[in-house]
Amino acid sequence: MPREGLMSQKNIKTISNPKLKLEVLTKEDVQKIHNATLQIIEKVGVRFPSKRALEIWEAVGAEVDHEKKIVRVKPQIIEDAIKKAPPAYKLAARDPQQDLQLDGNHVNLGTDGCGVEVIDINTGEKRTSCLQDVRDIARIADATEEVAFHWVAVSAQDAPVEARGLHELKAVWESSTKHVQTESIYNVEEAKAAIEMAALLAGGKDKLKDRPVLSLMQCTAPPLGHDGGSLDAALLAAEVGIPTGFMTMAACATTGPTTMAGNLAVGNAEVITATALLQIAFPGAPVFYAAAQTASDLKTGAYTGGGPEDFLFGAATNVLADFYNIPLSMGAFATGAKEPNWQAGLEGAMSSFMASVVMSDMLLGCGFLHGSRIWSYAEMMMDCEIFSIVHKMMQGIEVNDETLAMDSIANVGPGGHYLAQKHTRKHMRELFMPQFMDRRPYSEWETKKDDARDWALSKARKTLKEHQPDPLDEKIGQEMDRIIKSVEK
Amino acid sequence: MSEELYKEMAQCIIDGDSDISAELARKSIELNMHPLDAITKGFVIGVNYIGDQFGKGEAFLPELVMAGEAMKAAVAVLEPELLKLGEAREMMGKVVLATVEGDIHEIGKTLVGTMLSASGFEVVDLGVDQPADKIIGKALEIDAQIIGMSALLTTTMVRQREVIEELDKEGLRPRIKVMVGGAPITRDWVEKIKADGYSEDAIGAVKIAKDLVGKGDQ
Ligand code: B1M
Repeated sequence: MPREGLMSQKNIKTISNPKLKLEVLTKEDVQKIHNATLQIIEKVGVRFPSKRALEIWEAVGAEVDHEKKIVRVKPQIIEDAIKKAPPAYKLAARDPQQDLQLDGNHVNLGTDGCGVEVIDINTGEKRTSCLQDVRDIARIADATEEVAFHWVAVSAQDAPVEARGLHELKAVWESSTKHVQTESIYNVEEAKAAIEMAALLAGGKDKLKDRPVLSLMQCTAPPLGHDGGSLDAALLAAEVGIPTGFMTMAACATTGPTTMAGNLAVGNAEVITATALLQIAFPGAPVFYAAAQTASDLKTGAYTGGGPEDFLFGAATNVLADFYNIPLSMGAFATGAKEPNWQAGLEGAMSSFMASVVMSDMLLGCGFLHGSRIWSYAEMMMDCEIFSIVHKMMQGIEVNDETLAMDSIANVGPGGHYLAQKHTRKHMRELFMPQFMDRRPYSEWETKKDDARDWALSKARKTLKEHQPDPLDEKIGQEMDRIIKSVEK
Repeated sequence: MSEELYKEMAQCIIDGDSDISAELARKSIELNMHPLDAITKGFVIGVNYIGDQFGKGEAFLPELVMAGEAMKAAVAVLEPELLKLGEAREMMGKVVLATVEGDIHEIGKTLVGTMLSASGFEVVDLGVDQPADKIIGKALEIDAQIIGMSALLTTTMVRQREVIEELDKEGLRPRIKVMVGGAPITRDWVEKIKADGYSEDAIGAVKIAKDLVGKGDQ
């Protein structure tokens, strides 16, 4: 059955109607983690260094320590608040045919975000990231069917600091018609301006609820804290109906307990309190759960990003998000590898599979090396292929009269082959066709000595040369410039 | 008798037990042991052992951090005794450490602080999100030789330059040396802002700090 054809949008490949299942946590496990979370929130507390947030908490009767900015909240308040969050909504795109459903039945891939260096697409040299990189990456992502939405992939370090996040946003909107989620807007000034810019695309601020062309991802500050700027920015966004999520990055042994269950509880307390805050302030505002927990490297303390703990977190966190009945954005594809190699492939494959098999609504993100710091175009393309493989696997094995192929089995009989069967012709394109896997004769490889990395890079170069997305309306572009200027000093 | 006590002192550091280390420090005072002996012949042996094991990949960060805490607990008991004797522990140097304003990334900075302390530096860790005037003020207050700044964001790394410019304006360099680090920090950046030292990890940071105080050979 061509179920993929039924579900997919214009030039976007999402995973849906999964046939694989995984039980990483039992119902009892989840309940235990939830209870622990509520206990942490009530007894230990969570830091909210934002005046506005503290006032909101105080108004609902939470215990607020103004000096330490720590909030302790009764379970009932948290549970009531979370129930107000919508379980499903859409992320709008500049092109409405590319809107994404966050409904528990779609896994949408995004690019990773906020990189600081880029392996130059032409020279292969590693260098500081700039605004043109933001455009180039977004344009390639626009062309790639695997990428369903954007994070701002790298930082525009040649743009003024105070409006950098806005220059980046405009650069992505200029270069792609797909949905944009930003993780680089974390103060009030930029958030206000970003909302105005999004409103231009949606046709008015009041239209953003209907057409949220922008969504916002904020980090929590583990252990058990938040960043003031992020909270205030999130509150502004939630107020106008821009989907907003909080991501925990609690790392075993440094910013979280060493044991995975404890780490999940700490991260959960961070995400759930922020989510509850938004629901108390703006009931029904679209929110999502976000996470990228990991284990710290015991020798260096490095945020490993990758490794078996990551893979398990990827699957477990979705069970938590499902328990709270809100969409999940899950960190996957993280790797400490310095170039696209065995480690990068392994970590990308395992993490994206584990997060997809449980149907994480958003999967972040393709393209990075060296612990979310270095952007590589080859890595991006190969991550996309990994996503395609997972996509194929999630379709599982269909068993019915047609797929049992009894007629052609009878036709061929013992011996012979299936190459000339009508049934083969009819179904052969359902077999996975890799773009970057080496299945050539040895001798051919021997003369060229090239591999996936070369082909992936060539594809990125070709796409950058050829693909032109629908341009951004010129007037809207100018209005955006005006808004950006007003934030610049 | 004291040999036995020295052994216990080293062991409690290796075990990372701050309660026992403070207790043994008090015991050494009761026994009229010279505080410097307690430190150098007892506790420091434990610190060196863990440091060695860590270098060989056989001990891990949490053990190193806990050894550091246990050492601190012992020194806190012994320091007042040393002062009474009019003596002081010989330190590598004084460092004021912080993550710059607008930036809340903490762990890397904390690890650098731990490593520096373990290597004999006196470290005042101001925490995260620290403005230039606080950092410089603290450095002047304790007469620090080194200011260490961590910045993990491309939007906050400029704060490192601000501190350096301020120090230059006040004519406080080269008296105070500046060391920087963090995810987006590159050698180019370090040269551009004319910082005195940079390292990509905490172990490297110790070597740089020693160089900066002219004790690179220790
Ligand atoms: C004085 O001399 C010295 C010498 C050496 C020094 C030194 C000083 N300081 C450090 N070193 C060196 O030695 C240390 C020990 O070996 C090393 O320290 P590190 O800190 O590098 O290493 C630590 C041991 C482990 N590493 C870490 O802890 C950092 C890992 C990454 C993944 C990371 C984390 C964990 C976090 N983050 Co954030 N975070 C990332 C990081 C990506 C990365 N791989 O670096 C980075 C830095 N973060 C980023 C971002 C964007 C953000 N983060 C944010 C928040 C967070 C958390 C709070 C969730 C969390 C920190 C938790 C905590 N309590 O510390 C937000 C910022 C909030 C703020 N105002 O600061 C937020 C803006 C996200 C958001 N939208 O909210 C990116 C910055 C990109 C950019 N372009 O600027 C980022 C590169 C990841 C990414 N690609 O998104 C060396 O650098």
